[in-house]
Amino acid sequence: MKPFEWTRRSLFAAVAGVALAAGLGAPALAQTPPGVLVVGQIAEPKSLDPAAVTAVNDFRILVNLYEGLLRYQPGTLEVGPGLAESWDVSEDGTVYTFHLRDGVMFHDGTPFNAEAVKFNFDRMLNEDHPYHNTGPFPLAFYFSSIASTEVVDDLTVQITLNAPYAPFLSNLAYPTGLMVSPSAVMEHGADFGRNPAGTGPFKFAEWRSNEAVVIEKNPDYWGDPAGTDAVVFRPITDANTRVAEMLAGGIDLMVEVPPTALSEFQGESFSVVEQAGPHLWFLILNAKEGPFADKLVRQAANYAINKDAIVNDVLEGTAEVAAGPTPPAFTWAYDESLAPYPYDPDKARELIAEAGAEGAELTFYVTEGGSGMLDPIPMGTAIQADLNAVGFDVKIETYEWNTFLGEVNPGLEGKADMAEMAWMTNDPDTLPFLALRTAAWPDQGGFNSGYYSNPEVDALLEAAQTATDLDERAALYKEMQQIVHDDAPWVFVANWKQNAVTSDKVENLTLEPSFLLYLEDVVKN
Amino acid sequence: MGAYILKRLISAVPVLLGITIIVFLIMAMIPGDPATAILGSYATPENVEKLNRDLGLDQPLINRYFIWLGNMLTGDFGRSYSLNRPVLDEILDRFNATLILAGVSFVMCSVLGILAGVVSATRQYGFADKAITFIVLIGISVPSFFLGMMMILLFAVNLRLLPVSGMYAIYGGGDLPDLARHLIMPATALAVVATGVIARLSRSAMLEVLRQDYIRTARAKGVDERRVIMGHALRAAMVSIIPVLGIQAGFVLSGSVYIEIVFQWPGVGRMLVDAILKRDIILVQGGVVFVAGAYVFFNIVVDVAQSLLDPRIKT
Repeated sequence: MKPFEWTRRSLFAAVAGVALAAGLGAPALAQTPPGVLVVGQIAEPKSLDPAAVTAVNDFRILVNLYEGLLRYQPGTLEVGPGLAESWDVSEDGTVYTFHLRDGVMFHDGTPFNAEAVKFNFDRMLNEDHPYHNTGPFPLAFYFSSIASTEVVDDLTVQITLNAPYAPFLSNLAYPTGLMVSPSAVMEHGADFGRNPAGTGPFKFAEWRSNEAVVIEKNPDYWGDPAGTDAVVFRPITDANTRVAEMLAGGIDLMVEVPPTALSEFQGESFSVVEQAGPHLWFLILNAKEGPFADKLVRQAANYAINKDAIVNDVLEGTAEVAAGPTPPAFTWAYDESLAPYPYDPDKARELIAEAGAEGAELTFYVTEGGSGMLDPIPMGTAIQADLNAVGFDVKIETYEWNTFLGEVNPGLEGKADMAEMAWMTNDPDTLPFLALRTAAWPDQGGFNSGYYSNPEVDALLEAAQTATDLDERAALYKEMQQIVHDDAPWVFVANWKQNAVTSDKVENLTLEPSFLLYLEDVVKN
Repeated sequence: MGAYILKRLISAVPVLLGITIIVFLIMAMIPGDPATAILGSYATPENVEKLNRDLGLDQPLINRYFIWLGNMLTGDFGRSYSLNRPVLDEILDRFNATLILAGVSFVMCSVLGILAGVVSATRQYGFADKAITFIVLIGISVPSFFLGMMMILLFAVNLRLLPVSGMYAIYGGGDLPDLARHLIMPATALAVVATGVIARLSRSAMLEVLRQDYIRTARAKGVDERRVIMGHALRAAMVSIIPVLGIQAGFVLSGSVYIEIVFQWPGVGRMLVDAILKRDIILVQGGVVFVAGAYVFFNIVVDVAQSLLDPRIKT
């Protein structure tokens, strides 16, 4: 009879425990208040100074506090007016004149004007500027083409570039170009990042370290007022805990839902939003030495890998199969006629046989995880299996992210035949310019770690960077994509769709292809 | 006693100095540097060099070590790259949270562990002893992060009795009951393994003492059984239980790392993990030195407590 007695006893203990917990817990579990949107972020922000940060996680807060001269038009990656209502570009593409919006105030009550614009760029770029020491400004090179910024009058500012640089406008719309209040920087110095002041629809309220950043509706905003009274950004680094908070109602909006957790949010009380962005997940192939020096073998790798399976099974549909080096999110620059390499192991075997590379041993660098890398280990092993199936002998070497970058960025020569990589960019120029040109080989300071070299591609990219006409640029990028697709310096694998889950109390959330999270229109009931 | 404490404190100095050297060298040797971590995809050699210069990381290693050590002696732990705030402010904020979690957890595991050990020992091979031994075995065997996740799933997601994570409610919180609600799950998850270890050791320590002649004498004199156990036996057993408590205090402190991650507790363990991944060298160094200092301090406290209980240990 002993076991039965024990069960009853344990049952009693359990009931007592639950009752105790209920007594303590019940009053706490009020839902998040109406008008207040609680967002589950993936990490604590580094700073709320847009010039000092690099992470998408931090940008999600910043774009609601600040505005830039330009801004990506809703649903696109094309730039439109922001704090600048209009702009003119000189014939030669080196002088940009911006006409600023009138009557805009920073949250600290000082006016936004041409002086403020000059202050922002000088602070970042000019090492002698009295507030340059409020940095470092890691992404200042986005504006390294700026030679000078001149105040023409209170609402007109003229920026002169040292050479024509087509991506300049889209860089202005990037969060690094968000405008900060000069007087707030002067007041707080290096602590400006914790006392931010911009012009956006929300103003900073409170930063409780490791708990929350709170921003409130800006009553003096020049545009339409924000749809919520306040937004709370909570850093929840552990993905499982973030999912649990979402399920338990502790947060209203969750970003970067792990693919495997998406099925948890199928019900009525949640909605999932998705948006493909300017992201590319690819394999760098070492075109300098080994089997991938042969174009046929590189193409064979593209045929051998089952990208549909990776996207649908490993990533559970949170990405799309990539066709070439330019993500489709850059609608104006993307070549629609490009089709992904089909999954065709027989064709791969033929090409390998033709190149005489049967049974080649390949060293494959895989990372444990990192910015934009999605699920790199399962993806890496799926790729290994596909390549082994067509007769290669692939050996994986796995590295922690920082170590991985330290191995891959200096080039794969003498170390590996292939490596995983992912990029998120704001302009179609960035990735190919930094990672596909001959002048971007690692020894010249670029990211062309696989040593791809094609003079035609080099010429097209140089021309596209100095062309000021959008159609002309588009034509050049499209031609580049055709060549690169055929040369196959990379295996083009996936374009990530960012996702977010909201509770049924949240309305009007849309995700942008820029991956920025604009919350001014969102309503929380 | 004063001299003994002073001696122990002085002997801690070389230990701490050794820790500064080790943590500094490890951080200097691990692959990847802060500039690469900050710049991510944009880490061109040129950008990395400029950022390292801005961060003061272009100086020779030996200079960096002495600058760091010198600043630390004046109370300046430096400024974190990843959080853009003074390292000491961050550590003190975080250490506070860790102390609350580890402290509550430590009290839980000490009281429950000793109690379970005493009950077990006094009813050796009886039903209570067997039941406790069985539960203790399970407690020691279940990894605490797993236990933590299961607790979240049951009490927070399904039953909605307790908050999932964090230290205070975002709205309308901040008082003691709010803190207690947030503490229940992480403190319990953290305490389970240590409770098991303490219970096992308390049981064997008690069993050994209970076999001693003076216990038999006390009982023969007709001393109340409760006094025999609590007054005579437990007091003697404490001499061997206290060092275990000291070790478990360290365990609870270090075990809080993964509990802090699972429950998003804003403590120093989670801070260190984040800092390591971001290569925030200065924050890791400061954090490790601080935690190591606390560890050394607790050890001294345990030794002193032990010498108070058992005069033979003195000198």
